[in-house]
Amino acid sequence: MNFTYIILIPLIPLVSFLLLGIFNKKIKPGISGYIGVAGLSTSAALSFYTAYTYFFTIGKVDGVYQTFVEKITWMNFTDTLAIDMGILIDPISVMMLVVVSTISLMVHIYSRGYMKGDDGYTRFFAFLGLFSFSMFGLVLATNLFQIYIFWELVGVSSFLLIGYYYTKSSAVAAAKKAFIVTRFADLGFLIGILIIGYYTGTYDFETLNNPEGSTILNWASSSFMGLSIITWALILIFMGGAGKSAMFPLHIWLPDAMEGPTPVSALIHAATMVVAGVYLVARLFPMYYFVEDGFALNIVAYVGAFSSLFAAIIAITQTDIKRVLAFSTMSQLGYMMLALGVSGYDGHEGVGYMASMFHLFTHAMFKALLFLGAGSVIHAVHSNYLKDMGSLRKYMPITNITFLVAALAISGVFPLSGFWSKDEILVAAFEHNKLIYFVGIFVAGLTAFYMFRLYFGIFWGKNTTYKHTPHESPISMTFPLMILAFISIFSGFIPFSELITPDKAGFEAHLNIPLAIVATIIGLIGIGLAYIFYKKENDLADRFSNAFGIFYKWTFNKFYFDEIYLFVTKKIIFNRIAGPIARFDKKVVDGTMEGIGNKTVVISKKIKGIQSGKVQDYALSFIAGAVVLALVFIYLWTN
Amino acid sequence: MNFSNFLLMRHEILLLTITLLLLIGEIFINKNKKSSLVHLAIFLFGIHTAIGFFAIDECSIFGGSFQTNNLIHLFKNVLNIGVFTLLLQSADWIQEKIVNQNRGTEFFILLFTSLLGMYFMISAGDFLMFYIGLELSTLPVAALASYETLKRKSSEAGIKLILSAALASGVSLFGISLLYATSGSIFFHNIIEVITSTNLTILGFILFFAGLSFKISLVPFHFWTADVYEGAPISVASYLSVISKGAAAFILMVLMFTIFKPLIHTWENIVYIVALATMFIGNLFALRQQNMKRFLAFSSIAQAGFILLGLITGTQLGTATVVYFILIYIFSNLAAFGVVQAISLKTGKENMDDYNGLYRTNPNLSLVMMLALFSLAGIPPVAGFFGKFFLFTAAASKGYYLLVFLAVVNVTISLYYYLLVVRAMFIRKNDHPIPFFKNKLYMRLGLLITVIGILVLGLYSPLYDYIYELSSIYN
Repeated sequence: MNFTYIILIPLIPLVSFLLLGIFNKKIKPGISGYIGVAGLSTSAALSFYTAYTYFFTIGKVDGVYQTFVEKITWMNFTDTLAIDMGILIDPISVMMLVVVSTISLMVHIYSRGYMKGDDGYTRFFAFLGLFSFSMFGLVLATNLFQIYIFWELVGVSSFLLIGYYYTKSSAVAAAKKAFIVTRFADLGFLIGILIIGYYTGTYDFETLNNPEGSTILNWASSSFMGLSIITWALILIFMGGAGKSAMFPLHIWLPDAMEGPTPVSALIHAATMVVAGVYLVARLFPMYYFVEDGFALNIVAYVGAFSSLFAAIIAITQTDIKRVLAFSTMSQLGYMMLALGVSGYDGHEGVGYMASMFHLFTHAMFKALLFLGAGSVIHAVHSNYLKDMGSLRKYMPITNITFLVAALAISGVFPLSGFWSKDEILVAAFEHNKLIYFVGIFVAGLTAFYMFRLYFGIFWGKNTTYKHTPHESPISMTFPLMILAFISIFSGFIPFSELITPDKAGFEAHLNIPLAIVATIIGLIGIGLAYIFYKKENDLADRFSNAFGIFYKWTFNKFYFDEIYLFVTKKIIFNRIAGPIARFDKKVVDGTMEGIGNKTVVISKKIKGIQSGKVQDYALSFIAGAVVLALVFIYLWTN
Repeated sequence: MNFSNFLLMRHEILLLTITLLLLIGEIFINKNKKSSLVHLAIFLFGIHTAIGFFAIDECSIFGGSFQTNNLIHLFKNVLNIGVFTLLLQSADWIQEKIVNQNRGTEFFILLFTSLLGMYFMISAGDFLMFYIGLELSTLPVAALASYETLKRKSSEAGIKLILSAALASGVSLFGISLLYATSGSIFFHNIIEVITSTNLTILGFILFFAGLSFKISLVPFHFWTADVYEGAPISVASYLSVISKGAAAFILMVLMFTIFKPLIHTWENIVYIVALATMFIGNLFALRQQNMKRFLAFSSIAQAGFILLGLITGTQLGTATVVYFILIYIFSNLAAFGVVQAISLKTGKENMDDYNGLYRTNPNLSLVMMLALFSLAGIPPVAGFFGKFFLFTAAASKGYYLLVFLAVVNVTISLYYYLLVVRAMFIRKNDHPIPFFKNKLYMRLGLLITVIGILVLGLYSPLYDYIYELSSIYN
């Protein structure tokens, strides 16, 4: 079987981007929407076809899913280290193809309605094409170097999409923040890659991940500060993943990124780009698991668990509906990370890995649905805030029902998709780490609570009087909602445990009835509390938050994390370091020059002025530099 | 000695011929038709660039004073492409502002003479040839820097450049004389055999290093850079930051990897310190610059710091990555300077605030600028990323992890200020943005070449393979 055609999946969106980007002004807005949708439909069709052939006809040989790699040697960097470009087909990359293409297609369709009449309609679709291309490229990468290139490209396109409303200064700030924070995280990733390259001599995933390969067997050959150097590399790589997947403490960009257009939030900040970090850890899972007995993997587990809890608590108090969803995303990503963190490798031990990928899939669907539903609501009432909403069920029946489906799914209510994937995560955590299990089950309750707080707040609650009567969104927007709702209901029945496992052999999964019952009860309690607080207009919630006083305030302000970062960057780095330097340059360097310039008119005089002015100083520093270097290296630092 | 030996100096002889032709043209062509000389100069230099690509034998002639090999040959071609692009970008400026002062040809003659100096400098086989080349490459540029004689800042730039350059070459010459004192020869191949690590050679090396650091604008020998870039005509600033810096970095690397190789334990520490200082100072000063030329000056200082990461290795990998980085850097920086040039020529505006809202009115120029800045910042998949990544790999291969880490921190800092410009162009609103204008053919061609370079160099890998292969001589 030849998988070369898969190269078309990323290339088609790229062509659509180039087409729309180059002929920006010449294409009618209506047409550009069709071009985008047509391109993505083709990619999606190819992705589904690939998934079908891979999982059900040719992928499995002797009970094990094979890895297919098509690659070319792109560059012989040194005599030993070569860099490849290519495509890698294995269970998780195929699954990601399906996720990315489905969500991207839905968002393309949705955007035709949502962005209608917007000034930069064509530009928007061009950027969506660029993003889809980069995301497909990331998913299909065969080696660390290639994944890093697409990783950054995804960051750039996300920067462009968040900053899309460039007339809004908050959107601009958010775009920059997202880019800088993730770049900072990528700094770790990059160094991790360099270390891997030099200690293992390869960037290739297949070679690195081979449980009998030299990388995994010889991890102990070199160490640094008590840990294997490979473990350090894995921790640094996880830093990159944590940045993209908004793990604590690199999460600060995600809530602000909500300033971008809502379809973008659905695509990038719910379903695709933010799961890249999870995907990266899953991609290198054998390394994480085997090297130094999973030391790095434990870090992944605890960071994931903590982020999950932290974000769920913050989500309870937020009043901007998109921000609630953003924190919810962060919390669910933490869930996926912790599932990877508690996973084993062989057979049923690999349930955490399987559950993580399972949850990645189901979460992508219902979270995209939530975002698109929120977009539909925002479209109708022209506000992001809960206080401006209420009783919308009367005006927007389709949005109401689909949003309810998604909220039930994320809360883990039987038999929707979230129930199945979340149950598997809790099983994995229960079997490996009780502490993480309890965090997980608590977060499940919190999730159900804040999600239904949101749902009741938007669609029930107080009888708001609207200036303009809200109305249901056009079919181009409700259609994707219905599709995604359908997937959110039924995708739980996909037998993930037979398709995606670390050893690629698959296992029989059984529902762990007691754990499932506990999880369901906790979820229902959350929903019940939300029902009491928010179904009807009452002051219970206010009384409660007053009683919690300080804690409420801290949570509402997201534990003041942004302020801390701001303090460090603005106060310390800018004011203390860059500020004085800039002042020095302005006052001393420029000032001297301008002073000279103003005082003298005649050029001859001026030359004299310069001679007695700066150039001497320059010469002084020049000579001083040479002398200091000479002194240091002749007398102090001799070898 | 026979005449076929002269053909080995094909680059030099051709360029000299072109320069002389232009000189003759300047004398005999009617005053009103002087602008045709601009076309002629560009045309001739284009041919010269093309001829340069034909292979040439490796050789050492004139008793070893002049030598060339495939890597040097390649590097001369790189310089040619850079200068050719630069000429295209400068053509409009010369035609509109300079020709009517009857000084158009001078620009080309001075520029070509300086380039000739660089050829000799990088082909030198002894310190005499090297020094002549160095001076020949610097003096004409000082004249060029003060080219816009009517502008006060331009004259000031010229004076500052020539004074600083004189000091630097004096210091450098002193260093060379010390090396001569210890080794008894000015020929590189003799010095290699006898040089050992003594205090006097170290002092000689440091003084020599300081002299060349001036041209590459490494900290603390960089002070002239911002003033000169700001005052000099943009074409000249561009030339200084790209061609002059590239050639000096190349010859410094060659000499350090050959004759100064026995001192490696000393100079790797020197390079370490200077690299850190250069990156941090360059980046931190660049953070709040408003004038685009000053901004690019500090950015180019920081970029020079990155070059040192390859220089510190002393290996084949280091050589290859440095040459590759310089090649990419030439295109990226020329693109940035080209856009600044185009805008300054049409509107006279050079401040970052003036660029607000540029994308709305001049989308193509903004896109070129964005590509250039992304390449300078090292964002994949544009070429600049590969250049930096390879340099980091080279340094990491010698175990300089801390240095690489700090370099990556610097990349992140630099990203911030490069994004400031992108933000100004794409995101900031402006009630009176620079109005739409159309560039002339030469400028468009000049920018197109840089864009192709930025996009293709990163992805077209055989080029790196080729450079790596040629670099094996400096192993």
